[in-house]
Amino acid sequence: MSTIFDRLRGRRLTGVGTIGLIIVSLVVILAIIGPYISPHDAIQHNLKARYAPLGYTDPEHGTYWLGTDQLGRDILSRIIAGCRVSVIVSIFAVFIAGSIGVSYGLIAGFVGGWLDQVMMRIADALLSIPFIVLVVAISGVVGAGIVTLILILGFTGWVTYARVTRGEVLVAKELDYVIAATVVGQSKVRIMFQHILPNVMSSAVVLAALQVGVTIIAESSLSFLGLGVQPPSVTWGLMLADGRASIGSAWWMTTFPGIAITIVVLGVVFLGDWMRDVLDPRLRGE
Amino acid sequence: MARYIVSRIGQMVITMFIVSLLVFFMIRLKGDPITIMAPPHFNEEQVEALRRAWGFDKPLAEQYWVFITKAVTGDFGKSMSHNTGAMGLVMGRLRLTYLLAGVSAIIGIVIAVPLGVLSALYRNSPLDVTVSALASLGTAMPNFWLGLMLIIVFSVQLRWFPVFGHDGIRSLVLPATCLGTGMAARLSRLTRSAMLEALRQDYMRTARSKGLTASRVNVVHALRNALIPVVTALGLQLGWLLGGSVIVESVFAWPGLGRLVIESIHVRDITVVQAAVFWFALSFILINLIVDLLYSVIDPRVKIE
Repeated sequence: MSTIFDRLRGRRLTGVGTIGLIIVSLVVILAIIGPYISPHDAIQHNLKARYAPLGYTDPEHGTYWLGTDQLGRDILSRIIAGCRVSVIVSIFAVFIAGSIGVSYGLIAGFVGGWLDQVMMRIADALLSIPFIVLVVAISGVVGAGIVTLILILGFTGWVTYARVTRGEVLVAKELDYVIAATVVGQSKVRIMFQHILPNVMSSAVVLAALQVGVTIIAESSLSFLGLGVQPPSVTWGLMLADGRASIGSAWWMTTFPGIAITIVVLGVVFLGDWMRDVLDPRLRGE
Repeated sequence: MARYIVSRIGQMVITMFIVSLLVFFMIRLKGDPITIMAPPHFNEEQVEALRRAWGFDKPLAEQYWVFITKAVTGDFGKSMSHNTGAMGLVMGRLRLTYLLAGVSAIIGIVIAVPLGVLSALYRNSPLDVTVSALASLGTAMPNFWLGLMLIIVFSVQLRWFPVFGHDGIRSLVLPATCLGTGMAARLSRLTRSAMLEALRQDYMRTARSKGLTASRVNVVHALRNALIPVVTALGLQLGWLLGGSVIVESVFAWPGLGRLVIESIHVRDITVVQAAVFWFALSFILINLIVDLLYSVIDPRVKIE
């Protein structure tokens, strides 16, 4: 891992990469200190200012720059508060999915033979169910909530990592120094972890960066459908669900949370693309 | 060719077998599925009676055997909320989802292929930059949010289309645009890079040096080859469309399979969820089988063993 950061550190950021880094840093900072700097309390109702339009100023509570929702809660503050759920869910879910996927691909590719065949058939079967259908069905059975959501996204999102890692392992197995290590008589476990794993990590890290965006969208989709994070937690997906209920009267309730998601996902993708160009140019175009 | 088809169908059967295991165990993730199915007001005896009626008191292996032998005949059990066969409900909704996915795919292809080809032919031109910016935006944007925005602009403000529901062809426009543009964003990048790859090949130089016109070279030689990876991606993209339909159908209240899944989950009608998930997987696998077979038609170099 440390070598990956070393390799990233020396590289100059591209224009797009810089934008990505700024957006991602901003979201992480907001996730940590958001509630302290947001203009209003994200969950406080103000029934005198329900559906207040953009820039509405309430004599008691001040200005609602992006308007309010059906309970008079400040949209801007809720968007800021929503950063926290997005960051927490995406980081943990991607970490779980990545760990499972890399281990899975490492074992399948390294051991090979019938085990590889069986493992990859299972992966194919999982991929044949559209991701969102799978996640929706499981959360319908298991129930909702942040922790459950992280576990579901983590335990279903690993297949891509497994396939990429397996492919990389098959290449790495044929490298001269890996063959040399085998000839010298090093144990299989040591070869797997010391020689092969470092070779496949950069692809996995790049993939993880790009999967963060996918996970953020999946989280908001599930929360939007009422199958993910539950109120009173504040998430962009739940805000969009509220917005949909008032779609004829308060366009701002729907517009701004969606813009927030789009900007954050774009930021993540920009940063991920830059990391890919530095760490793993071969993945370009996939 | 015949042998290839047989072996592909064999693979398909194995994959569907694993899918059936997934679908079977999916509803047992929290142990006994009766805890999900039983209405909250049921007392212990009623729950126990329900458990026996559904056969959940039997050993797991036996339960699976019953499940799979019925599933291959298309019987996924009765829907609890509709009092009819779960598979029948799924079949009833299937047509609308295929219609939506098909129209979306056509919209996606019609937008993405020409734009991708032009981007590659005029690389780094303002057109190329604009298309790739739009493609980035389209992939980053949550699909259902785009749907909500379309509703606000075209249904609420302009009143051109109905807000929700299924009311003839007019109701199809917004959901299909929503899914189709999302697909176009993904597909246009792919077309562009496939076209760039094709333009680099030796046969392109040969074709040009034979004195063929630029348009003939680009269309007959480059585009035809560029389409091969595009068709591969199309199979996966149709899977994405089927998945996307779940949430887009909910946004537009389009009464297809995706909406049925969400409705059934909310009323805990798990046999319907199982049957629907099974169909999603089967559709996806069949689409990709067809795509693989299409290869040999587009690319005579592919010799199927």
